[in-house]
Amino acid sequence: MDDKPDVWQGTLALMVLKTLETMGEQHGYGIARRIEQTSGNLLSLNYGTLYPALLKLEQEGSIASEWGLSENKRKAKFYRLTRAGRKQLEKEARDWRQATAILARFLSPSGGAA
Amino acid sequence: MKRMRAWMMRLAGLLRAAGRDRELADEVESNLQMNIDDNLRSGMPPEQARRNALLKLGGVEPAKEAYRDRRSIPVLENLLRDTRFAIRQLRKNPGFTCTAVLVLGLGLCASVAIFAFVDATLIKPLPYRDPGRLVGLFETVQLCPRCPLSYPDYLDWKRLNKVFSALDVFEGTGFTLRTGAGAEMVRSASVTAGFFRTLGVAPMLGRDFRAGEDSPAAAPTVILSYAAWQKRYGGDAAILGKTATLNGEAHVIVGVLPPDFHFAATGESEYWTALHTNANSCYKQRGCHSLHGLARLRDGVSVQAADANIKLIAGELEKQYPSNLGQGGSVIALTELEVGRIRPILIVLLCGAGLLLLIACVNVTSLVLVRAESRRREMAVRTALGGSRARLVSQFVTEAVVLVAASGALGLVSARWLMRLLISLIGPDQMAAMPFLNGLGLNLRVLAFATAAAVAAAALFSITPAWRSFLPDLREGLAEGSRGSAGTTWQRFGAKLVVLELAIAVVLLVGAGLLGKSFYRLLHIDMGIQPEHLATLQIAEPDSIHDDNAKVVALTREITSRLASLPGVQSVGISSLLPVRGGNTMWIRVIGHPFHGEHNEVGYRQVSAGYFTTLGAKLLRGRYFSEADDASKPQVVIIDRALAEKYFPGEDPVGKQIAYSGASSTPMQVVGIVEDIKEGPLDEATWPTLYVAFNQDPDDHFSLVVRTSKSEKALLPTLAAAIHRLDPGISTYEQRTMSDRINSTPAAYLRRGSAWLVGGFALLALLLSAAGLYGVVAYSVGRRTREIGVRMALGAQPGAVYRLILKEAAGLIAGGIAIGLVCSVAAASLLRDLLFGVHAADPETMAAVAVLLGTAALLASYVPARRAASVNPVDALRAE
Repeated sequence: MDDKPDVWQGTLALMVLKTLETMGEQHGYGIARRIEQTSGNLLSLNYGTLYPALLKLEQEGSIASEWGLSENKRKAKFYRLTRAGRKQLEKEARDWRQATAILARFLSPSGGAA
Repeated sequence: MKRMRAWMMRLAGLLRAAGRDRELADEVESNLQMNIDDNLRSGMPPEQARRNALLKLGGVEPAKEAYRDRRSIPVLENLLRDTRFAIRQLRKNPGFTCTAVLVLGLGLCASVAIFAFVDATLIKPLPYRDPGRLVGLFETVQLCPRCPLSYPDYLDWKRLNKVFSALDVFEGTGFTLRTGAGAEMVRSASVTAGFFRTLGVAPMLGRDFRAGEDSPAAAPTVILSYAAWQKRYGGDAAILGKTATLNGEAHVIVGVLPPDFHFAATGESEYWTALHTNANSCYKQRGCHSLHGLARLRDGVSVQAADANIKLIAGELEKQYPSNLGQGGSVIALTELEVGRIRPILIVLLCGAGLLLLIACVNVTSLVLVRAESRRREMAVRTALGGSRARLVSQFVTEAVVLVAASGALGLVSARWLMRLLISLIGPDQMAAMPFLNGLGLNLRVLAFATAAAVAAAALFSITPAWRSFLPDLREGLAEGSRGSAGTTWQRFGAKLVVLELAIAVVLLVGAGLLGKSFYRLLHIDMGIQPEHLATLQIAEPDSIHDDNAKVVALTREITSRLASLPGVQSVGISSLLPVRGGNTMWIRVIGHPFHGEHNEVGYRQVSAGYFTTLGAKLLRGRYFSEADDASKPQVVIIDRALAEKYFPGEDPVGKQIAYSGASSTPMQVVGIVEDIKEGPLDEATWPTLYVAFNQDPDDHFSLVVRTSKSEKALLPTLAAAIHRLDPGISTYEQRTMSDRINSTPAAYLRRGSAWLVGGFALLALLLSAAGLYGVVAYSVGRRTREIGVRMALGAQPGAVYRLILKEAAGLIAGGIAIGLVCSVAAASLLRDLLFGVHAADPETMAAVAVLLGTAALLASYVPARRAASVNPVDALRAE
């Protein structure tokens, strides 16, 4: 568990950014639930791993946080996408799409011959 | 950009670590509650809802750990924690901490303060343009290797040389300044018009002398020093164009020099006038030497090449003019002239301070080592629990850095204080001769030096214990009551350190001893006079009687008789110059001896009838002058023993005749011979000297010497007051006692200063090394308590225990002293320039140092030995 591949770290950040883009302001628990739901419950996320990723994104200025009240009136820390975060999301999504496309071509049955 | 922002945030995170931890806990908690809420809503029983949420959250601790690592910078956070831990550790052990900080602070203080002097003197460039290209010019004659030039020679040198882009001359002088309060003598200088341009100094206000402003036809003008402008004119912004009356003549003020300007050769001159050749008859004679040369080397010309060129020119002039016979020339770098005299002293002092710092470092190192030794268990436990070596070493490093930082702060503050103290001890006269010391301060170079010393010390204190701790296997440290090799290896290492300390102390003590002895010898040479109870002052009679010898003689007689009648005054004497000052010389020939125009140079003094008796000189033969020896009588002279031996070998000089070397001069009869008087510097051989009767060859500037039965210091103001009552137009200055004058000659004060400072360093070194020895012996006794107990239980007497301990200490002491004595012989060669009347390898000094240090060291080891001998065997055996 300790040495998660970088790609996992990177994808988690990307998922967080995408989630925030779709849902707007959201707290950590909400983000985690959303990621699980979006993945069709294929991904089982340890919610604890989310916090370091959120802190990193916040330090880099991609997201910003603020304490607020949740729908059922609980005090919670809400995260939202900053303008820099939006740009980062665009760029990373593009890179990711490209990378998966390349990999997909590689892995397709005819890929080797072409 | 993004990364930098993240780092900045992490750096900021260092500051509010606790707050961030709490915030994370809150966030996790709130999210957990939301999860539980959801679970409850989906119908789980409360117990399961909570369990499920906690599982979902996963291990919180690894997350927190990762979060913390991200939050700030772990290395820095560790460093902060180490620092806090180090400070706590050091505070828990105040005895160790205070000793270490004090000892090291002391060493840093001494070396930083001395380095500041070295910086101000030898490193900081002189405040002139390209000072390395400036040189001083001198004529050299037998008695005086750095003698002033005559004006005609200056003109010839300037015309004939091929090595200087500019050549000027200057003369330090005194002007009588007419002020509201009466006549006052002020230090001044006369310079040729290009002087300041040659130096590359421009006035901060007004203008420089114009070319030709030093010609006899030009109107008298003056440039003020910044200090004079401030002191005498209150920094008046409209000063230019106003006049100052100097020597009775109005001078127009045309400029003010910048505040940082100084020129050691003329001291703190206040008024700088353009030199007028008609002002002084001396300027017209080739044989009258009063001017100092200053020149700027042409590009690419070395000092040696310039020196050769000037020697060549001097040789040509020698052939051309009989008055230049035996007269060479020399060119010396200006920096050398300004600081050459003090350089060897500073180097010696810097070495002394460096050795003191070294001894302090060694001392603190052994303290640190003993401490590390007692913490072997702690280190072993920490290693066993998984502390990496790097972390443990970083703990040592942090402690060393904290220790050194505290010592450094203490050292810098006290160095500032020490510098001020030393400056105040130097005294105004000596400061005037070393104006560059005004630039003394904790500047960047000094701070860099202090930092370098501190870093070196910190490295020493962190590397040694870390290295020592890991030398034997650490696990050994865990063994209960371990008696492993560690203790004994430390003991051996500590013993080596003590030998080193003792050796350094010996070197410093020998140095201090040699300097002290030189100083003592210097002050106790036979000066040919009795300097106690003598008050002296300088007199300048009014300008109005300047040219009238009869009036000068009459006024001088009046002054003498007035002073002689004051209560407590025993006798009054007059001389053109006081002893220990050097000064004027003359060329003589002995009537009746073969003479071919050679320059027989002798010292020359105009003295009154009461002069020799007042000084307490010894008359060897003949008689002293009397009041009756005046212009109406044939001229008479008195000579000293050196002159008699040199120019009248195997003859009785009394009754013989001497004349000045000029063809027209009248013969003068020798009436007496006095025992040699130190007229020149204390540390130079006595000059043959010719004394002429003041009343036959008077001068309106002269020195007064008064012998009193009371305190000579208290008499000084009375003397000046009595003279001013007689005629307020008479200037009196330099009122000092004779002992003060002798003590403040460069020969004396440079040696006194260095003897005191090196003495202080040596004393500290003695204390530190004794303390170091005490530490090692006490440690060894502590480790051998059980052994001693066994010995005593088996019947050993206390005497045997003393012997056991002291024998060990004596070995160290003997080793340290022996090594130190060998090193001190080498070190003393550094002192050679400063020694006087004592050999560098002076057995007396060495024996005294060996005895002193040996005694102190034995005393230091006696204390723990006593403790060992008084051990109760039963307690000792039960211990541990």
